[in-house]
Amino acid sequence: MSELSQISDPSTQTSSTKTITLRIAKFNPEQDSEKQFVDFQVPYERWTTVLDAILDVKKHLDHSVAVRYSCRQASCGSCGMKINGRPRLACFTKISELESDVITVEPMSNYPIVRDLVVKLDQMFANHKKMQPFMIREDSEITAPTKEFNQTPEQLEEYIQFANCIKCGLCNSACPTMATDSSFLGPQALGQAYRYVADSRDKGKDSRLKIIDDSHGIWRCHFAGSCSQVCPKGVDPAMGIQLLRGYLLGFRK
Amino acid sequence: MRESTIMKIHYATALAAVVLVAVHVLLRITMMSFTDSLQYEHVLANYKYIPYAAMLEVILILLSVHGFNGLRVILLELKQGKSYEKAVSYGCVAAMIGLVAYGSRTILLASMGVT
Repeated sequence: MSELSQISDPSTQTSSTKTITLRIAKFNPEQDSEKQFVDFQVPYERWTTVLDAILDVKKHLDHSVAVRYSCRQASCGSCGMKINGRPRLACFTKISELESDVITVEPMSNYPIVRDLVVKLDQMFANHKKMQPFMIREDSEITAPTKEFNQTPEQLEEYIQFANCIKCGLCNSACPTMATDSSFLGPQALGQAYRYVADSRDKGKDSRLKIIDDSHGIWRCHFAGSCSQVCPKGVDPAMGIQLLRGYLLGFRK
Repeated sequence: MRESTIMKIHYATALAAVVLVAVHVLLRITMMSFTDSLQYEHVLANYKYIPYAAMLEVILILLSVHGFNGLRVILLELKQGKSYEKAVSYGCVAAMIGLVAYGSRTILLASMGVT
């Protein structure tokens, strides 16, 4: 990895007294052999997020920076990237909270790079689909005789945090098993498997447990817990994986 | 065999091995001093006492099953590919059988007094 130039835009600096060095990883797999870092001087306020800073660079200093984003409110899960070495959502990370004069942004680990900060999430979505992320049962809430599948607050509590997953992929990026085992299902998919297995309305438990009970499935988790540490929505995939193991070992029904 | 069955065996062999190795170590240090227990005659006497030799055989099997499955898991995580994974799985089973056979031969010969 090498460093290129340091670029700053004096016109943007006049609006703020504080500036940081935003170090952006640039890489185009079709042209480059290795990642290169380019430094940009960016002004910031207390409320400026890393995504705001990247978009500032894109607008004023380097239009070619590739970044994926959409909602800007930690709902869509598009702007996952490594910020100062840790997987985070760029829209959900304020520059002021990082307490550093240099902020390095890189693409997430454990994913193929499309360009710069954009990674390919195809494998994660494929694994997510494998978990049958939908309610499996023969009857339906909308077919006659019309009825609702009621749940008690306790039943809801069993899985509700896992329903908050926004599929940003930060957990898979932080997972040490994913770094070496490309066939591993990953904490995102396993967390979602638990979300449906633990749902009292769902009847597809056996089918999902069969899918995750594979040589590259649930048993390859080493319980490092990094997935739960980096989740921006407070989901705890590491716990979900351990609870799923309980079903497979016969501790849970 | 399903992965959950393999892992149940993995955990069970670990627990059983911990218990039996503890018994083995305790017997070594309670019957006589540890240094004395390693004397040639005393080691041979252990093998000639059938219940103790049987326990050593069980420890050998437990540790071989647990160890080679652990090795299989590590190797599967290092590299992926259908033929590689097949080779690793069958290779580990073969190596495990080989080690158990060789160890059993040693235990058997020693218990029969062949040195």
